[in-house]
This record gives sequence, C-alpha cells and structure tokens, in this order.
Amino acid sequence: MSRTITRHPGLNLGPAHDDDATDVREELVFGFWVFMMSDLIIFGMLFATYVTMLGATAGGPTPHDVLDIRPAFTETMLLLASSFTFGMASLALKYRQGRRHLVGWLLVTLVLGLAFVGHELHEFVSMFHAGYVPSRSGYLSSFFSLVPLHGLHVTFASLWLIAILFQIAVYGIDSQVKNGLLRLAILWHFLDIVWIGIFSLVYLGGAA
Amino acid sequence: MTVTEILFGRLGWDALPFWHMLQNPTFKSVINDLIASGAGLMVVLGALVVVAGVSWLGKWGYLWREWLTSPDHKRIGIMFIVIALVMLARAIVEAVFMRAQQAVGLNGGFLTAEHFGQLFTTHGTIMVFFMGMPFLTGVINYVMPLQIGARDLSFPVLNLVSLGLTAAGAALVMVSLVLEPFSTGGWTGYAPFTELSYNPGAGVDYWIWAVSLSTFSSTLSGINFAVTIYKKRAPGMTLFRMPLFTWTALCTAILMIFGMPPLTVATGLLALDRYLDFHMFTTDLGGNMMNYVNLFWAFGHPEVYILILPAFGVFSEVFATFSGKRLYGYTVLVMATICIAVLSFTVWLHHFFTMGQSANVNAAFGIATMLIGIPTGVKVYDWMLTMYRGRVRMSVPMIYAVGFILLFVLGGMSGVILATPSVDYQVHNSLFLVAHFHNMLIPGVLFGMLAAVNYWFPKAFGFRLEERWGRRAAWLWILGFMLAFFPLYVLGMMGMPRRSVSFTNPAYLPWTVIAGIGALVALAALACLLLQLWVSVRDRDHNRVFAGDPWDGRSLEWATSAPPPEYNFPVIPEIYGRDAFMLEKDGGTPFQAPTQYQDIVMPANSAMGVIIGAAGFAAAFALTWYMWWLVVLSAVVMIGAAIARGFVRTTHYVISADEVRRTHEYWLREVEATTPIRRSQEQSGANRGRAVPPVEGAVQ
Amino acid sequence: MSYRQLSQEERQELGREQRSYLWGLGLSLLLTLLPFGLAAFTDMAHLTLWWIIGACALVQIVVHLRFFLHITLARNKREDLQLILFTVLILTLLCGGTLWILFDLYQRMMPNMMP
Repeated sequence: MSRTITRHPGLNLGPAHDDDATDVREELVFGFWVFMMSDLIIFGMLFATYVTMLGATAGGPTPHDVLDIRPAFTETMLLLASSFTFGMASLALKYRQGRRHLVGWLLVTLVLGLAFVGHELHEFVSMFHAGYVPSRSGYLSSFFSLVPLHGLHVTFASLWLIAILFQIAVYGIDSQVKNGLLRLAILWHFLDIVWIGIFSLVYLGGAA
Repeated sequence: MTVTEILFGRLGWDALPFWHMLQNPTFKSVINDLIASGAGLMVVLGALVVVAGVSWLGKWGYLWREWLTSPDHKRIGIMFIVIALVMLARAIVEAVFMRAQQAVGLNGGFLTAEHFGQLFTTHGTIMVFFMGMPFLTGVINYVMPLQIGARDLSFPVLNLVSLGLTAAGAALVMVSLVLEPFSTGGWTGYAPFTELSYNPGAGVDYWIWAVSLSTFSSTLSGINFAVTIYKKRAPGMTLFRMPLFTWTALCTAILMIFGMPPLTVATGLLALDRYLDFHMFTTDLGGNMMNYVNLFWAFGHPEVYILILPAFGVFSEVFATFSGKRLYGYTVLVMATICIAVLSFTVWLHHFFTMGQSANVNAAFGIATMLIGIPTGVKVYDWMLTMYRGRVRMSVPMIYAVGFILLFVLGGMSGVILATPSVDYQVHNSLFLVAHFHNMLIPGVLFGMLAAVNYWFPKAFGFRLEERWGRRAAWLWILGFMLAFFPLYVLGMMGMPRRSVSFTNPAYLPWTVIAGIGALVALAALACLLLQLWVSVRDRDHNRVFAGDPWDGRSLEWATSAPPPEYNFPVIPEIYGRDAFMLEKDGGTPFQAPTQYQDIVMPANSAMGVIIGAAGFAAAFALTWYMWWLVVLSAVVMIGAAIARGFVRTTHYVISADEVRRTHEYWLREVEATTPIRRSQEQSGANRGRAVPPVEGAVQ
Repeated sequence: MSYRQLSQEERQELGREQRSYLWGLGLSLLLTLLPFGLAAFTDMAHLTLWWIIGACALVQIVVHLRFFLHITLARNKREDLQLILFTVLILTLLCGGTLWILFDLYQRMMPNMMP
C-alpha cells in the first residue's frame, strides 16, 4: 500500500516529482477522472439500451447465435495484461527507473492494446461474414453501438500513447509528459473496467 | 458519381431558400420562400457587416489576440453571452412568426406546415441549446472564478474549445437558414419521425450535429466548472462560504457532466440509424422508438435544471444585494439546490406519461416530480424572507427578480398539475404544456440571465447599464410573457394541440390573437433591450464605475476594479466568512494594498478553440450534406490539433510583480478619489462604483 | 528526469507497489477465469450462472479500482471516492429506471421484445 499522499485518482507520483506544475497536475488528473465518469454514463446508457434490445432480433440471429466467448476471452486477457503493463510503466515513471524502462513498458502496453483492437476487428469481420450486420436487427444494432465504441476508445488511447512516446523522444520525461501519462493510465484502467462490463454482460451473459 | 457529387455531396441548388418559389410559384410558396429568403439574407448580411466592420476598423489582429484566442475566462464568458444574445434575437423573431401564424391560423394562415415545423424546431433548439446554455455558461464563466477568488478556470484552453464548439453549433443552425432545410422534428427530434425513411432530407442531420456540438461543449464546460470550484477556491473559502451563485454553478456543472451523456447517446444512435442503417429506433427490424424517448428525457429533465439553477443563483445574489441584507436561509438554499440536482435524475418519465407503461411506474415518477416542488418552494420562501424588512431597491435586476417569483410560482403550480399522470393524460401534447414550460423557462432562465446582465454588466465593462430603458425592457418582458402564454393555458384546456400550423375551431381565435399581441410585446421588449445597450454604450462616460462596487455588493467579485484586470486579484485573498467583501467593508478593511506583490503566471493564448470550432463546424456541415472528403479532412485536423497541442511547451506567460503593483496602486488611488455614495443614490450619475461603508448597528 | 539512486525507503515502497499490482493482476485473472470457465465448461442453470458472473464482475471492478486506480477508503482526500459513489448512484437511477420503464412497456404492449 502506497504511503504517498494521494492528491488525485490513479497512481500518485509523490513528492519526488513535485515541481511548479504539481497543482496543475492535481487539477488535470482530477478533471480527467471527472470526464471518465461522464463517459461512464454514456457506456451505462448503452448497456441499459443493449439489455432492452436483447429481444429485438426480428427473426434474425439471437444473442446465443451471435456471441462467441472464445475471441472475447483472448481480448479480455490482452486487455488485462495491458492494464498490468501500464501499471508497471507508471511505477517505472514514479521510481525514476530510467527512460528505457518506462518506454519499454509503454511499448509492451501499446502492442497489447493494438493486438486487442486488431483481434476485435477480426471478430467483427467474421461476424459480418456470417451475416451478423447491424442492419439485420435491432439487437445487432445495439451490439454494434456498444462494443465497437469501447474498441474506438482503445484505439484513441493507443493513438494518445503513441503521441506521448513521441513527446518523450522530443522533450524527455518532462512535467507535461508525466501529466499525460497519469491521465492516459486512468483512461487505460477505466477502459478495462468497462470491458469487464462488456465481457460479463454481453458475452458471458448472452452466450450462457 | 460526378465530381460535383463528390465535392458537394447532396448539396444542390434546391437547398437555396428561394428555389422552390422559382420552380413552383404559388401564392403560398412565394410568401413562405420570401420569408425564408429574407431570413437567409439577414444571416448573409449580418456576416458581411461583421466582416466588413472589423476590416474597416482594422481590428482583426485585436479580435484574434484579445478575444478569439484569449484564455481569459472573462472574455470567453462575454463571447458566450454574445452568441446567446444573437441567437435569442433570432428565436424571438421566429416565435413572433409562429404566434402570427396562429393568430390568423383559422382554416389556413400564411405559413406552410413544413415552414411552421422548421420554425418551432429551430425556436426550441436555439432557445435551449444556443440561447439558454451559452447564456448561463457565459455568466458562470465570468462570475464564478471572481466569486471564489480564482485567477481563471482550471482548464482555460478547454474553455476556449467549449466556446468554439458552441459557436460551431450556433453557426450550423444559422447556415441552415441559407442552405435549407432544418429539421421539422421539434427540439426533441423524436424518432421514428426523424428516421431516414420518414425524413430523408438534410434537416434532421443539421439538428443532430448542431445539438451534438452543443452537447460536447456543455459537457466540457461542466467538467471545467466543477473542477474549478473543487480545486481553485481561495484559501478559507470553504464550500459553505461560497456565494450561492457559485453553489448553483457547481450543481449545474454536475448536472452537465452527468446529464449530457444520455443525449449524446440518443443523438449518436439516431445518427447511426440514419447514416449506417442501424435499427435502434426504426419501425422495422426490431427497432424501438421508445428507447429514444427514454434516452432523450433522461437528458431532458436534468437539462431543465441545468437551465434553471444558475438563474436561482443569480436571483439569490440579486435579492440579497438589493435588499441590503444577508441572504436568508443560506444553508437551506444550498441544501435545496443539492436536492433539486439529485432529484432531477428521478423524474424524466413525466415527459412521457402517456407512452403506455403501467400506472405504478407513472405514479412513482409523478410523486418524484411533485417532490421537487418542495425544495423549490423552500427557495421561494427564502427569497421572500430575504426581502422581508430589507430596504428593497427596485433596480432593473430586482424587477426581473420579483417578476420571476410571481410568475415562476404560477408555472410551478401548473407543473404540479401536470405531474399528476391522470391530468397529464388530458392535457399532454396540448398548448397547456407549452404554456407551462414557457412559464418556467421565461421567468426562470430568460429573466434570470437578463437580471445577471444588468447586475454584472458594470463589473464586466466598467459602466452601468442605462436604467430607464432597462426598466421598460423588464416590464415589457413581463407583460409580453403574460399576454403570450396565459392564453395558451386556456387553449390547452380547450384541447388545442401544440405545434398546430392551423386549426378549425373558431373558439380558439380570440386567444391566439391575444397570444400574438403578447409576442409583439415581447419583440418590443427585445427592442428595448437593444436600445438599452445602445444608450448605455453611448453614455458610458456618465456611468463609469471603475472603483468596481456600484451596488454595495457582498461577494468577492465586487472587490476588484471594473473591469477587473486579467488576473482578477493582484494577491489571492484570504476568506474569513460568507459575503467576503461585505465582511471586509464591515471591518473597515476593503481596498487594502498587499505588503508584497508577486509575479503572476497566466495561461498563454491558444488557437485551439478556433481550430476545433472551425473543424467541428466543417465536420458537422459535411456530415449533413454527405461531403465525405471534408468529414475526413476535418477529423484529421481535429485529431492533429489535439496531438500538436501535446507538443506545445510554452503554455504560460508571466506578468511581472511590478506591473501588477502599478495596476493595483493606480486602482487604489482611483478608489480613494471616488466619492462613496449611499444606496439610494446608486441609480444616479454620482454612482462611481464606491458605496458608503455600512453603518455600525444598522440593519444590513 | 534525471535518473538517480533510490533510497532504502523508496525501494521498499517500490516493492510494495509492485506486489500490489501483482495482487491486482492475480485477483483479476481469478475473477475472469472463474466465470469464463463456468460458462464454457459447465452446464449450470442459467440463473445461478448469471448471479456468479454478475458477482465476479462487481468484485473485479472493485479490484481494479483498488489496485490499478488506487481508489481506497483510507484517503486524505475523499473527492474521488465520493465522485465514484455519486456516479454509481446516477448510473443506478438512470439504468435501473430505463430497464424498469422499458420492460414494463414490453410486458404491456410488446411481448415479442422480451428476450
């Protein structure tokens, strides 16, 4: 358990990283967390709407036909692993373990994130081939309005991670890079939490 | 696909407002297209006049540096309010046209159903998303940081982005006057009427993207306000020492954060239906339009309180200041505000009692709705008790405030009636409902915001608004409102449906005529408002209040010069209690020079707002007309700008302690040279912004 | 950021935090594998299975909040936790209300929409 005084959600860097920007950091990370909560309402409403559309199959494929928990399991593992590696990256940042360490963990995270997105895309393509397209039924529409939105989030998070890696290349690990990483970490872990909802409610709940 | 189709998508000559008239000239089409073309011409001329004016004055550089890219919360607040006023003018004119149509609407009238549909859709959309929201966002932006003793919002550049997005949405609605049509689906845009199969034109798409831009803007503003209030209060400013306006700003911000997402979902899913052939709300293949209604009102009801709470805050400040008393029941008012904010998430079903759910569901939401009446009633009593035994000065904000109390209570009563599901079954979708919500929103939002303008204008611009025209405007608003909307209660009880372009029952006619006259009175009120502005600017030298405290104010914003310096406070003040500035005046220690000045770090200018706003507008416009290349291009610009922003390292600049000292000492000398005036003189030219210190022992 | 040697105390702290992340990973794995395994390899009654899936998901969310996002009860600043609780309240109201309203409607008017 960290003894660092916590000033904002997520990992706190502690006094060793204090500089002029510490107050700014507190506001930035807290503000980002508030944004995540707002985003969570979007996902919440989509989840609720999805449940109300479970029966809207219009004579087409049912959840049981559509959902395959095998790709979902792989995706879950990829995302969970990436959450852990991002945590290691955060620790590398906090304990000043050097740029190579930090960038290394971030690259592993990025690869895992991109693998998740790629795998999910692959899953969607095979669903399309099987005729499970959103225009088939209200149920499939609600599936494709919920699950890909999460994937889109992961895509943007990966893009952000790439941008931060370039920032590290240009400026080193300066205060703004730290602020960016702290917020990105929150986004990353948050997306993992949303994914728990997706695999439990959509995949396991539907396939069972 | 031809090159034209690729470049312009489905945008063609038929989008011009006079096209139909040329193709098919009948009496009605000529009249309607002339009206539409006149409106379009106003937009084009307005834009040209602004561009020409700024060029003629050679002010482009000034406009860019000091306004469009300025992260100063005060400038951004003023720009928000300018957008709101422009949009208010348009929406009022539209209201006049609608009332005029219904005044002659027995078996006909002069507007086509299509045109009438666009009018009530744009009127509602503008009044909620592009008048109410920017207005309150602007006022909060300007006032809240001053009230809590902060130098700026937590995220000044994000604030610019919010402004850019709102401006983009407003511009999109304006452009829809030149390149028609706008949606006819009402401000609620109910599916399946707004689905592609029933509404294939560009109208609904304009509506979706305009509303989406506004939604993003408000969500970001909400986050900005909430974090600012949580993290940037001056030392000693505990939550329960904050002025009530700031409290309502906080609750509004929280409602924005949690209330806007359901709308994002609703419009987003509707867009998926329209663009990608989804079946969320369609009538076939399992679509369920009731989900749209549910999602829309899960946003819609918190939205009502987003609109009304800041007005409650403004009135609380106005009542206390112009009664010369402490606000009565501060803690209870805060509690009531919080209660309203939480309860607002429990009542959304009362917008669709008649959708078919069982009586138990209706009863639960009906009871929750009536519960909101309790904290609101508490507030009304607190305001009245604030006036009780005070020395009430009937200044312009106070006229609005008193008018608000009387009318708002009436509106609230009709709300309690509507909250009864069995009654709602009788009057739903009738003009009774229209009367009810205008009875809440005009005295609430509009009067509140106009009171705020009259109250804080001297702080923002350094001179008071002219009182005579202000009074005329206030009285005409009150009178115009009553004439325009009380007849609608009667019409609703007689069974006249809302949104009717014409009717066949002659018994409606007298009432629609009275309502039409009321609309003209409201138009006159708008004219008085503009005259008030013009006269005030003309006579500004007679009404200067540089010392900064023209109303013997109580909270911190009055403790600075008018207008305040960019950094608001030369030294962040220490707060020892509620009504911080009044405490200082009571203790005889206002206008102190600090022992030491320090360098002040302020956020640097940023073009992010303009870039995101312009790209957002381009994306929305391109999506509406299917110009896919422009959609991609503007998306790339937006993402590129966000990434590039991450590489900017000079995000601040420093104002030297010397300069701060010079500015502050100049102001202190001016304050010293200003003759203090009594409250009774505050409307005279003698009011230079300094009040006589409160007398020991007097009832304050 | 200049690389410098960690103090004794910092090293201990680092070890503690690494173990905390490992705990998070381990618990999450357990809470993922359990419902996936039950869904894939057993023939449990639907209702029991749904309850287990739901319970595991809720616990795992708490695990993530605790070990990855460092939201704890023992804080000097409770704003984050209050914010989460408030969000949960609003989510419950909005989602619960939505389900209640829509399924009530289905029952009365659109029985074919019942899953």
